[in-house]
Amino acid sequence: MNESLGKPIDRVEGRLKVTGAATYAAEYQIKNLAYGVPVLSTITKGRVKSIDVQQAQKMPGVIGVMTSENCMMLHSPAGSDPGSGKFAEKDLLPLQNDRVLYGGQYIAVVVAETTEQAERAAALIGVTYEEQKPAVGFENHFATAYQPGSGLGGAKTQEKRGDADAAMKTAAVTTDETYTTPVYSHTAMEPHATIAEWNGEKLTVYDATQSVMGVQALLSTILGIPKENTQVYALYIGGGFGSKGFTWANTLLAPMAAKQFNRPVKIELKRQQVFSAAGRRTQTQQKIGLGAGTDGKLVSVKHDTISETSFVDEFVETAGVATPMIYSSPNVEVKHSLVRLNRGTPCPMRAPGESVGTYALEVAMDEMARKLKMDPIQFRIANHSDMDEQKKKQFSSKYLKECYLRGAESIGWNDRNPEPGQTKQGNLLVGYGMATATYPANRSASSAKATLYVDGHAEILCGTQDIGTGTYTVMTQVAADAFGLPVEKVKVKLGNSSYPKGAQSGGSQVSASVGPAIRAAALGAMSKVIKIAIADHKSPLYDKKEEDIMAGNGRIHLKDNANVGEALVDVLRRNGMDKVEAQAKTNVSTRAQQSTTAPDGSPEAKIEEESKTNAAVQADEKTERKDYVFHSFGAQFAKVLVDPDLGTIRVEKIASIMDIGTVMNLKTATNQIMGGIIFGMGMALMEETKYDPINGRIVTRDMAQYLVPVNADIPEIDVQFIGKPDPYISPIGARGIGEIGITGMAAAIANAIYNATGRRVRDLPITPDKLI
Amino acid sequence: MGDMTDYSPDESNKSKLGTTRRGFLSQLGVAGASLTLAPLLVRAAGDSQKGEDIAAAPAEITSVSLTINGKTQVLNLDSRVTLLDALREKLGLTGTKKGCDHGQCGACTVLADGRRINSCLTLAGMCEGAEIVTIEGLAKGEQLHPMQEAFLKHDGFQCGYCTPGQICSAVGLVKEGHAKTDAEIKELMSGNICRCGAYQNIVAAIKEVQNA
Repeated sequence: MNESLGKPIDRVEGRLKVTGAATYAAEYQIKNLAYGVPVLSTITKGRVKSIDVQQAQKMPGVIGVMTSENCMMLHSPAGSDPGSGKFAEKDLLPLQNDRVLYGGQYIAVVVAETTEQAERAAALIGVTYEEQKPAVGFENHFATAYQPGSGLGGAKTQEKRGDADAAMKTAAVTTDETYTTPVYSHTAMEPHATIAEWNGEKLTVYDATQSVMGVQALLSTILGIPKENTQVYALYIGGGFGSKGFTWANTLLAPMAAKQFNRPVKIELKRQQVFSAAGRRTQTQQKIGLGAGTDGKLVSVKHDTISETSFVDEFVETAGVATPMIYSSPNVEVKHSLVRLNRGTPCPMRAPGESVGTYALEVAMDEMARKLKMDPIQFRIANHSDMDEQKKKQFSSKYLKECYLRGAESIGWNDRNPEPGQTKQGNLLVGYGMATATYPANRSASSAKATLYVDGHAEILCGTQDIGTGTYTVMTQVAADAFGLPVEKVKVKLGNSSYPKGAQSGGSQVSASVGPAIRAAALGAMSKVIKIAIADHKSPLYDKKEEDIMAGNGRIHLKDNANVGEALVDVLRRNGMDKVEAQAKTNVSTRAQQSTTAPDGSPEAKIEEESKTNAAVQADEKTERKDYVFHSFGAQFAKVLVDPDLGTIRVEKIASIMDIGTVMNLKTATNQIMGGIIFGMGMALMEETKYDPINGRIVTRDMAQYLVPVNADIPEIDVQFIGKPDPYISPIGARGIGEIGITGMAAAIANAIYNATGRRVRDLPITPDKLI
Repeated sequence: MGDMTDYSPDESNKSKLGTTRRGFLSQLGVAGASLTLAPLLVRAAGDSQKGEDIAAAPAEITSVSLTINGKTQVLNLDSRVTLLDALREKLGLTGTKKGCDHGQCGACTVLADGRRINSCLTLAGMCEGAEIVTIEGLAKGEQLHPMQEAFLKHDGFQCGYCTPGQICSAVGLVKEGHAKTDAEIKELMSGNICRCGAYQNIVAAIKEVQNA
C-alpha cells in the first residue's frame, strides 16, 4: 500500500515558495488596511504615569492611538481549553493596566494609513514613567529560587529514584560540575505578524502561528466572542521553532485596534520587537553530579537546574526531563527551580528542556568517561537504558547502539586520540566529540476530513499547519497511499481554523498525531466507496467482501486479482455522486492527558461519532500502548578544528544518526535534522541574547548582534536514519523529528573542542575569547 | 547638501523638491547614510521654530518611475518608502520578504540591473531608471527559472520565507561569476540567512545551476 510514503518527493508547496507566491500572515491584500505600529516600554519595571499622544495624533495619516486608557477590556484566558493554545503572558494581557514588567513591553499602538506614517507618529509619543528597581541579572537572584509546579505537557519538575546522595558518597569515581547556558532567541525569519478584520461580529485573523486552533480558542475567550465567529488562517508560516507556539500580544492587539478604529489592521513586529516581546529560551545554570563504579557503570545521577522566568507568566525549562530515562542508573535525582526577572517571558524553543539539558548532561558524561579512561561511546553503551527505569516501562522501539556505531564510522572516530590537545592538522588542533540525542515521541488527539471527488482528485482538510517542517508534503503522501492515488491527485489543506482540529506544531507531534487521523479519514472515505461498489449490481465488485478489496492506482479491486475491480470515479459517476467524504478523529495521546472528548452537538462530536465505525480509527485506538514509553534517540558526532593562537573554532564535519521510526520523506526529514544540527551549532558557538546589567534591557536586538549560523559556517553534514518503523506509536510508525536534531549537538561540539584543546568550557556559547 | 537649503513645505515647490531630494538620495548611497544624514537633520531642525514642527510637516510625496519585472509604472510615494515596502505594501509583490529591515538577513534581496541588493536598505526613490527584478519576475510564465527548479529539486528551503531572497541572491551570485568552489559559494551566500538551516541544499542547488 505504501506507494508514496517514504519516497523523497519534492515539497508539494515548493513551487509556491520558490516563486514567492506562498502567502504569509502579513501578506494578505486586504482592502482599506491600516497599519499598527506598537510603542514599547523603555523601562523594565514600573508604571506608566502618562502617555502624551497629542503630537502623534496630529500627524498626517494617523487614525488613532490605542492605549490602556481607551482600548477594549479583555477577558482572562484562564478559562480556555489548555489543550487548545496558550497565551504567553497570562498575567499581562496587553494594555489592560499601567504596569510595566519588562523592557520592550507594549504601551500603545499607533494606527495610520501607512507604516511610514504610523512609525513617525509612534516616535512622537511621549511616555512618562514611575520607574522602579527591576530584578536584573540571573545569578543575582538565586537566593529567591523556588520550586515550580509541572512543566510543559504536565512534565514533572522533580524526579527521584533510589538515593542519589548516598550513592554519590560511596561511588568510586565522581564528577560534579556546573554548566551555564545563555538566553537564546528563536530568530525565525518571519517576524510575528497579524492582520485582523472585523465584519460585524465576525473576526478574521491572519496570523503567524504554530496553532491556528489555539489562536482561534484564545481569541474567542480573550475577546469574548463565539468560536464560530473567529476565523484564523495560517497557510504559510516563516519558521517558528517554538516562538509562534504560544500566542503573543500582537495577535490580540490587531483585532483590538481593528475594532476600535473600525478598520482592518496589520501589526507586523520589527525584528527588535521580536527579541523583546515574542519569546526566547531561558537562561540556565545546571549542576550535574555523576557517580560511577570502576567498571564504568553509573550508580548516581544528579541534575539540578535553575532557570529564570518572568513576572508575566511561569515557564520552566525542564532541562532534566530526559535525565531519569536516558541512562541506566539505580539512583537519580532531578530538580528544577525558578527565579523571576523583569524580562519578557521565556517560552518553548526547539527541544525545550532537552536542548540545554542534553548539553549539560552529555558534557558531564564526557567528563566522566575521561576520568574513567573509557571511550565515550563505550561508556554510553555500558550505561545504555534498556527500559525507562523511572517509569518502569519498555521503549516502543530503540536502536541507539546502532546509531553510535554508524556515527563513529561516519565521523572517523578511530582517528580520535583520547588524549586531548595532541592531534594537529597543520597549525590547527583537531578534536572529535559525541553525544546522545533524545526527544520524546509525542502524539495527541487529531481529526481530519477526507473527500474523494468524481473528477478523480481527493482533498484533505486538517486544522494543523506547516511551519516549514514538510507537513503539507508528508501528509499528501499519507493520504495518497490511503486513497490509492498518486500524490498529484491529492490536495492537503491546512492552516485554517474551520477545518477539523489538528495538532499544534510543537513538541514534534504533528506527523505522529495528524498522520493517523488523515490516514483514517481517507480510509473511511474509501470504505464508503467500496461499500457502494459492493452494493452496486453494475460493479465488478458487486457482492464481494470489503476485506478482500484494496485500493491502488485510482481503482478499487480484489486483493488477489487486480483485474477484478474498477476506477473510483466510475463508482461515483454511476451512482450520481459528485463526492464521497469521511471525517475521523484518532483519540490517542502518548502523554497522560485529560480526556479530549468533544462537547455534545459540537462539530467535533460529530467526527467522534463517525469515528466509532471507522475501522482504521478503531484498530489504532485499540493498539495496546500503556506498557510503553515513546522516545526517539540518536547519536551526534562532531569533528572540529581549533586555532590555538586565535581560539577560532571551525566545525569540520557533523554526523547525526537518528532513530525516529518510519522516515516519511527522506528529503524533508534530512533537511529537518540538518536544521536541528545547525540550531545546535549556533547554540554551541555563537548565539547569545545579552541584557544590560543595569537596566535589564536587551542589548543584542538585531541580527547583526544576535549571531546565527550563516552558510559559511556550515560543515559537511551526514544525516542518516535507522528507518525501522515504531510498531506502537501509530499505523504509520513515524515519530516526529522537528526537535531531536538539536539535542546533544552542543555537547558533541563542546566535547570535540575539549578533545582538540584540553579546555573544558562549561559556559555556552563557546566563543574564541573563552579558549585563549 | 546645497540642495537642502531649498527645503520648504510649500506645495508649489514640490516637484523641484522631489527631484533634488532624489538626487541627494542617490548621492547618499555612495557617500554613506550616517555621515551625510546627521548635518541634514541639524540644518532642518534649525530652520524651524521647534523640532516637532519638522516631524509634523506633511510627508513628502515623490513621483517615482519604477521598472519592476519589466513593467514600468509611475508611483506617487512617500519619500520614506523603501523599495521593499513599495513592493510589498504598494504593489502587492509580497514575494520579497521582510526579515529584519536592517540589511542583516538578506530576505529582501532583489536584483537591480542584475546586481543583488537589499531592498530594505534601498529607498524606492533611488530606483528610478533601474531594472528591478523580484522573485515574481524570474519565471517565464509556467517555466521556472533554473535556480527556482534547482531549489525545488534540492529542497533548498523549509519554511520558504528566506527563499525568494536566497534565489535572487543566487542568481546574482552566478552572474557575478566569481564563486568557483563550495567555500566561495558559501561565503558569498552568507548575507542570506536561512534559520531553518537548508544551507547545504542551497549550495547544491547553486552548484547545479552553475554547472549546467
